[in-house]
Amino acid sequence: MSPVASGSADATASTSPASSLFRTCPSTGLSVHRSADALIKANAVVATVALLIGGIAAILVLLTRWQAVHLLDAVWFYRVLTIHGMNMLIFFILFFEMAVLYFASAVLLNCRVAAPRLGWVGFALMVVGAGMVEWMMISGRADVLFTSYVPLRADPPFYLGVILFAVGALVVVGIFFATLVVARRERTYEGSVPLVTFGALTAAIIAVITLVHGAAIYIPTYLWSLGLMDVDPQIYRLVWWGLGHSSQQINVAAMVSIWYLLGALSVGAVVVNEKISRTAFVLYIAFISMASAHHLLVDPGFGPTWKVVNTSYFMYMAVMASMLHGFTVPAGVEMGMRLRGFTQGIFGWLRRAPWGDPGFSALVLSVVVFGFVGGITGVTFGTEQINIIAHNTLRIPGHFHATVVSGTAMAFMGITYYVIPLIFRKRVAFYGLARWQPYVFSIGMLIFSMAMTFAGSFGVPRRHWDITFPDAPFELAYSPAVDLVIGVMAIGGLIGAVGGGMYILITVTSVFFGKPLGQDFSEAALEGSVPPGVYTRPFLELPTEDVELEEHGRLGQMPGTMILVSIFMAAFVVYYFVNWKLLSFVWKVG
Amino acid sequence: MHTTGVTSPLAGWWKPAHRSEKIWATVAFVWCMVLFAMMPFWHLKGGQNPSGTRARVEPEAFRARVTEFVEEYRVGEASGIPIVAPPPGSDIYLMGQMWLWYPVLRLQQDAEYTLHLSSVDVNHGFNLYPFNVNFQVVPGYDYALSITPTEAGDFRVVCNEFCGVGHHAMLGRIIVDPPGTQVGSAVPEAAVPGGES
Ligand code: HEM
Ligand SMILES: [Cu+2]
Ligand SMILES: [Cu+2]
Repeated sequence: MSPVASGSADATASTSPASSLFRTCPSTGLSVHRSADALIKANAVVATVALLIGGIAAILVLLTRWQAVHLLDAVWFYRVLTIHGMNMLIFFILFFEMAVLYFASAVLLNCRVAAPRLGWVGFALMVVGAGMVEWMMISGRADVLFTSYVPLRADPPFYLGVILFAVGALVVVGIFFATLVVARRERTYEGSVPLVTFGALTAAIIAVITLVHGAAIYIPTYLWSLGLMDVDPQIYRLVWWGLGHSSQQINVAAMVSIWYLLGALSVGAVVVNEKISRTAFVLYIAFISMASAHHLLVDPGFGPTWKVVNTSYFMYMAVMASMLHGFTVPAGVEMGMRLRGFTQGIFGWLRRAPWGDPGFSALVLSVVVFGFVGGITGVTFGTEQINIIAHNTLRIPGHFHATVVSGTAMAFMGITYYVIPLIFRKRVAFYGLARWQPYVFSIGMLIFSMAMTFAGSFGVPRRHWDITFPDAPFELAYSPAVDLVIGVMAIGGLIGAVGGGMYILITVTSVFFGKPLGQDFSEAALEGSVPPGVYTRPFLELPTEDVELEEHGRLGQMPGTMILVSIFMAAFVVYYFVNWKLLSFVWKVG
Repeated sequence: MHTTGVTSPLAGWWKPAHRSEKIWATVAFVWCMVLFAMMPFWHLKGGQNPSGTRARVEPEAFRARVTEFVEEYRVGEASGIPIVAPPPGSDIYLMGQMWLWYPVLRLQQDAEYTLHLSSVDVNHGFNLYPFNVNFQVVPGYDYALSITPTEAGDFRVVCNEFCGVGHHAMLGRIIVDPPGTQVGSAVPEAAVPGGES
């Protein structure tokens, strides 16, 4: 018998205010505020539209970088690359995160949205801002890539659109904080906020830091584009990356929160230690602000001391936080499964895990690719000197397609399979396809980003229309290995694009044409149309603490996780020092 | 009762960490200290650092210095771009502009130079092919790096920061002669870049 007690949700449900503004979720017993429902839906739908636009752009860019096809001309290549970066990194990710903020506050805390009307104002600002940016990009008035490094110049509405979008996001972040206050005051929950909400809170705090940097750079740049003031190109890069880097930290904090959420929903993962996980989230806030330095390691504006201090002290404590989560997330899954009776051997819990649940597989794939590929490459390239052999080569997009795409976007996709039944109250369309989607997307992007990183180590530049240099004054022919690696990259990217297309097909069909869920949440009624966690509800059964888990010698009570993180550590050390070795072969420079 | 990520933990959740968590946290912390220590270590012992000396420079002032430099040491021309052969130990200049690296540099193997990189318009990216050495080239800033070519050959400078629609055509050249070569001798016009020749 597994040592579990059930029924803790009844307690929370009974304390929530009963009114027509709320509906009671038949799966979780939580009462869901109807405007939270609507705001989550609206943001999620727009996020998916951005993903679709960004995805089409991705295929066009990919088929151009694949020299064998070389689809677009130079003008449209850079234009579509700008569209890809903006839609994916800014619009898709941020609209989705707005939905996550409403979910983590109003839904998880059983609370009303503090200011739903204002929520719609924020949403409208974001949509209008994004619309202006899209219009500028498509009409060829903003061929500046998403970083828009001054003095490359876009037409003023481009910057104004970004500002409106950011103000809208700031409004939503404010509503998130206000909702937490309302929930506390109205006592909609007991004790502390759940870990997932806590993680979202850190993401929201970092979002404020980010948006302040955003204002500090986009407002002057807007004025500059109108001819009203000067902006120094190096200061621009410094402040822009204050925005650009901290926004990646929002993504990481949101992604890790979703890891905990997916673990809870799909297998009832426990939090091994609330203190450790929460401290790790706090480290993100405390140590991230100056990590923009690792985008400026080979820039002329800053000295070595500034670079070393800001990458080490500030960045490595955030790295440490990610390493902690990288342990506690799988450890929570392992412990949760062991407490539920899957105690066989070292990896019995993994073998018996629900690999067909797209929420669970997305979780595992996201953790693994984010950690092993994105994390290791990122920390290595973010080292002051190693950056010399990485900056602006394909190693960089190779790195971040493993973090923000295979990590963050994958986690977002995984949670969608739970959001469709729990928030949209629809069955997941083409559920058979949904079971495969995380694998197709993740494996495609894994091949893509590894090949891209590899091509970059030959020096192949990022953001480059034609690496055969037909229009250049001199000849340059990369080694034939590069052609091969770029071919592999293209195939991986296309597989990933198929996975992305599957996701859009499934979500759009479910939301707009899907079969309603009904009120019967039994296995018999739902099997094969939603992820199993929706009807098995492992997160409602909390194991008691008086059960001691078996000790596996030096590997302790979570031996599987211990082995996995040891493999990770070994890979990290090898990759890191191999790069120092590679660096030592190049020309002396100092 | 254990908690999951969606449960509100009741008071008393500030508990001692699990033993395996403590072990991992220690390993992670020590590793982060190694990551930190490697950077100052390489400044002391390593041969490749992005330090240089850094100064502000007006784009037009930089262009004037480059012009003077070219006039002083010009030894020929390749694809319409002057080839410049400065003596070992001197200050040498490479100017990024849309969409040209100017001029072509001709250097001696194992000699040390101070390479000044800057741009007279937008950001450019210095990428040395085939060695994969990269620096950001920012208008208004003079990045003076001491460099020592450790191998002879015919190298390329790829621009790897987007600088407008002609970005992909921006390809420069650095020729490194074996030690002791006479400055002014013929330049291999169509040599394969980075070849072992
Ligand atoms: C099927 C999925 C995807 C494919 C095949 C793909 C492909 C590509 C390619 C080929 C590039 C150009 C690299 C270069 O030339 O420098 C690129 C750049 C980029 N991608 Fe993706 N991508 C995908 C998904 C995503 C997602 C989901 C995100 C963000 C969440 C994203 C963010 C970016 C960013 C920020 C850039 C850099 C743009 C720039 O350098 O200005 N991509 N991608
Ligand atoms: Cu350039
Ligand atoms: Cu360029």
